[in-house]
Amino acid sequence: MKKLILGTAALALSAGMGLAQDVVRLGTEGAYPPYNFINDNGEVDGFERELGDELCARAELTCEWVTNDWDSIIPNLVSGNYDAIIAGMSITPERDEVVDFTQNYTPPSPSAYAAMSEDADIEGGVIAAQTGTIQANHVVDTGATLLEFPNPDDTVAAVRNGEADAVMADKDFLAPVVEEGDLVFVGEDIPLGGGIGMAFRESDPELRGKFDAAIQTMKDDGTLNELIVKWLGEDSPRF
Amino acid sequence: MFASCADPSTLEGLNWLACYLTSGKHMAFYASFGTVMVLLAVTAPAALLFGFGGAMAARSRIWPVQWLGRAYTAMVRGVPDIIFFLFVPVALDQAFEWLRHKAKCPDWTEPIRQGSDFVVCTQAKLPLSTSPQWVHETYGFALAVLAFAVVFGAFAANVLYGAMRAVPRAQMETAEAYGMTPRQSFWRILVPQMWVYALPGLSNLWMILIKATPLLFLLGVEDIVYWARELGGSKTSIYAYPHPDWRLYYFLALLVFYLGLTKLSEMVLGRLTVRLSHGQATLAGEAQRKAGG
Repeated sequence: MKKLILGTAALALSAGMGLAQDVVRLGTEGAYPPYNFINDNGEVDGFERELGDELCARAELTCEWVTNDWDSIIPNLVSGNYDAIIAGMSITPERDEVVDFTQNYTPPSPSAYAAMSEDADIEGGVIAAQTGTIQANHVVDTGATLLEFPNPDDTVAAVRNGEADAVMADKDFLAPVVEEGDLVFVGEDIPLGGGIGMAFRESDPELRGKFDAAIQTMKDDGTLNELIVKWLGEDSPRF
Repeated sequence: MFASCADPSTLEGLNWLACYLTSGKHMAFYASFGTVMVLLAVTAPAALLFGFGGAMAARSRIWPVQWLGRAYTAMVRGVPDIIFFLFVPVALDQAFEWLRHKAKCPDWTEPIRQGSDFVVCTQAKLPLSTSPQWVHETYGFALAVLAFAVVFGAFAANVLYGAMRAVPRAQMETAEAYGMTPRQSFWRILVPQMWVYALPGLSNLWMILIKATPLLFLLGVEDIVYWARELGGSKTSIYAYPHPDWRLYYFLALLVFYLGLTKLSEMVLGRLTVRLSHGQATLAGEAQRKAGG
């Protein structure tokens, strides 16, 4: 009897440890609404918050949210300060050399220019974009003058105060800004990147596999599309 | 905070403002003032300690120690802070984890460096990934304090090194004439007298340190500037309290805070100068003596 109790206790303990080791820390920027932002209660909120929580539930993992500056978001992942990046990060070959991505959880979505007026010069003017984004790379390629900012909010503010002629960012980020503010979309939408995915350390294929499978199940039963409509709007491309 | 704040979209005017200023995010903003003050209170003595150590090493007669002290001040002073802050905490963190890894997981066979990844066994993680969030935050904060102490310690070392040389040679000669050993004359004559020479330099460093806290967010520690920027940025209706770009007001509040802190620091430093000049062979000390102080 005593042995049995001890055995159960040991089992319970090891089970507890097994559970405890499954805390997965999710790193995000917290400054890119509607993908991820800090809501008025000071918590991480947005499309990726809801998506991440659902993915963790499906993969039966306990997850915890961590915010980190965009500039140091990849270095802190590879040095092990958190286990995954879920921060509106587009899948690109350059990033793929350093980290491993899951399959995309948004379809390749268009980027767009927004400016104070329709006739803004987006080809030869000054374009604001966030440092280290695919949009910043694109602006350099078009030959316009790139004005870089460390966070998305500053890029929009730069257009409002006349520092830049236009801002380039994900259309889903700019849509609410244009809808409620004084900015307008200029020119055609430009498809950039291979969609947004979660990033993992290259040495961590097991965890990446779990999330990859969970994303697949959400694609299959249509819940991912519902989330996209809820947070990113009707016009955002779906699967 | 208040029950009436449950649905912000129905609020107007002062009620809206009262609810807005007491939202969870604002509470975090107010708390971050505490974070900054704690950081300053811990970092300043730590940096002074590093500086004192560095200055003593640079004065040492044993050449490897002297070389070490000089290399420390020269290297850290030469590297831009932002690079230092990206590098030192990550490197320190990895060094600690590597040591723990060696001690706790001797039979681990995989390499620790895999491409750009740094992989140690789960037990060696610092903090453990099972630890609650506050442990992670405290650890990040401690790393930040250490990094600040190393950086500002190098500047302080240079200031103190200069101050030690500024103490009149006659004072030291007198100490030697009384038969004090070098150690005794250092601690009894040199150290008590050098502070008045070090104070202007140290007070500069203090003022720079006060304003250097935004570097913290590189390490995930959220300071007042981070929150002011975050709260002040224009908010669309996805937030409970939408508003246009209000960063100007938040930064004005910070301006008041920083000016207040500066004034307070100047008052304290002024008193300290008077106290330290007492009985010194300096102009200020001489003036005090003549005034019968």
